[in-house]
Amino acid sequence: MTAIAPPVAGTHRVRARSDERRRGWVRRAPLLPALVFTIIITQLPFVVTLYYSLESWSLVRPGSRHFVGFANYAQVFQDSQFRTTALNTVIMTVGTVFIAMVLGVLLALLLDRKFLGRGVVRTLLITPFLIMPVAAALLWKTTLFDPTFGIVNFIFRPFGIGKFDWIGSFPLGSVMIEMIWQWTPFMMLLVLAGLQSQPKDTLEAASCDGARPFAIFRELTLPHLRRYIELGVVLGAIYVVNDFDAVYMMTQGGPGISSANLPFYIYQRAFLGFQVGQAAAMGVVVVVATIIIATFALRLIFTSFSGTEQAA
Amino acid sequence: MASADVTAVPATRTVEPEQYTGPRAKRRNNSLTWGIVGWVVGIVFFFPVLWMVLTSFKTEAEAYTNTPHIVFSPTLSQYKAVFSSGLWPYVANSAFATIVSTILVLLLATPCAFALSLRPVKKTRDVMFFFISTKMLPVVAAIIPIYIAARDLHLLDNIFTLVILYTAMNLPIAVWMMRSFFLEVPGELLEAAEMDGAPLRRTVVEVILPIVAPGLAATALICSIFSWNEFFFAVNLTATQAATVPVFLVGFISSEGLYFAQLCAAATVATLPVVLAGWIAQRQLVRGLSFGAIK
Repeated sequence: MTAIAPPVAGTHRVRARSDERRRGWVRRAPLLPALVFTIIITQLPFVVTLYYSLESWSLVRPGSRHFVGFANYAQVFQDSQFRTTALNTVIMTVGTVFIAMVLGVLLALLLDRKFLGRGVVRTLLITPFLIMPVAAALLWKTTLFDPTFGIVNFIFRPFGIGKFDWIGSFPLGSVMIEMIWQWTPFMMLLVLAGLQSQPKDTLEAASCDGARPFAIFRELTLPHLRRYIELGVVLGAIYVVNDFDAVYMMTQGGPGISSANLPFYIYQRAFLGFQVGQAAAMGVVVVVATIIIATFALRLIFTSFSGTEQAA
Repeated sequence: MASADVTAVPATRTVEPEQYTGPRAKRRNNSLTWGIVGWVVGIVFFFPVLWMVLTSFKTEAEAYTNTPHIVFSPTLSQYKAVFSSGLWPYVANSAFATIVSTILVLLLATPCAFALSLRPVKKTRDVMFFFISTKMLPVVAAIIPIYIAARDLHLLDNIFTLVILYTAMNLPIAVWMMRSFFLEVPGELLEAAEMDGAPLRRTVVEVILPIVAPGLAATALICSIFSWNEFFFAVNLTATQAATVPVFLVGFISSEGLYFAQLCAAATVATLPVVLAGWIAQRQLVRGLSFGAIK
């Protein structure tokens, strides 16, 4: 490195440079522990997964391990169950995030108005998000959705629903309802933060000019909220697409694989089927797909946020 | 950008007839209507939680009725049953993993976030995006090597395995959050301290840390919530010694349809710490959940 010092450098200049380099390291040193730790714990396993995905290896049969090249990937792409669970994952993520966001916007608009006990209502509304996901899933599966003793069927009894088996009839839908219940408060909180950061004088000016409330919402509020909505959608999607808890607790992916998503299906392959190589190949496919989708979304959003921070 | 759109709205200056009947009365009515709507929606969303808590104070016989009992004589027997069935070790494991991993996260993230907040260069952005990108990678793709490594190192069913994984899980969030707090420290303060010839270490401890202390607390809170609720690693990497509270709740799937009230008591105990913490720190919650992007 020192070999590429500029030829015209005088002695004091060299000292200044090495000084600067030292200061550069002083600045970088605090980064390193966190960076190295994160790389070892979160990145190394993916590299190993990549390696495993080229092997045939059953955990229960010692000595079965051997190199098979891309055979696992060929199997993954022919596996109709993988395609079904991939589709389930998409439905679950898009449906949950979309509905939770629509409800979240409505609730945030509601909470942006002044009324008696608004703080208490806000506290009530954020609570579902704070419930441990495993406990929430268990709660919906039993006390709420149970065909005989569940409160949901009790509430719908006047409408002649009887002992309807919600989870059995709509496994994917039931899991989604539980997740929408948990994620709506998250969306609401982000959108509410957006609403409250809106400059009040513009709104007053518009309303003085006789603009109707809906026009104000469409022309002023919605464009302002866009960044907050995008942020909520991306962050919500990151968590929902990886959801394991709700599927595991409510349906175990069943009946069959009708409500399994990719995390659950890969888990099943690895820990119940003991197929390390295959599960690893699926993991790699999911990671590649995630990276492609996520890179664009994330850069877009966080750039837009840090950009306005500097402008403000 | 917003002010440009105002002109797009057609400016109709017609006087609304309601204005003659008293705008104040109308506004009060409006606020009442929205208040009622707000409360109804709030109670609907909160109802499952309320129902969980109510059921946890019932006997099993009362929990299993076709027509749910709203009025009943509350009993603590479900809580006693839950704790005597061995919930304490699970709570202890959860608390240990949560507290130790959160301390480790703060120790690692604070210097890192501070360094990242000093001079925004292109590399800073790369490091920041590296951290957040680790949050997007599906953990399920990493679990197999982690499981095999833990097995070979005899670290399965060991609480320190969870501590390390939870630290790695929360570190990116903490770096993003803490950086957003450090960015709020006025640059003049640092310069003034430098002019006085104070060493960087003293500047950090005596000037900066007191300012970002609330930020540290908020970060710790968010990390604690995620660690306490974590299930995927816990269920795959622990068995009897190091199992945490979410794993305890799994026991209730198999005994389905028998112990509603006891299940609700266990779920209430499991969720209570996070719900209380979240209620108290509502403001910080938004900032943490948005990785510090929203103030």
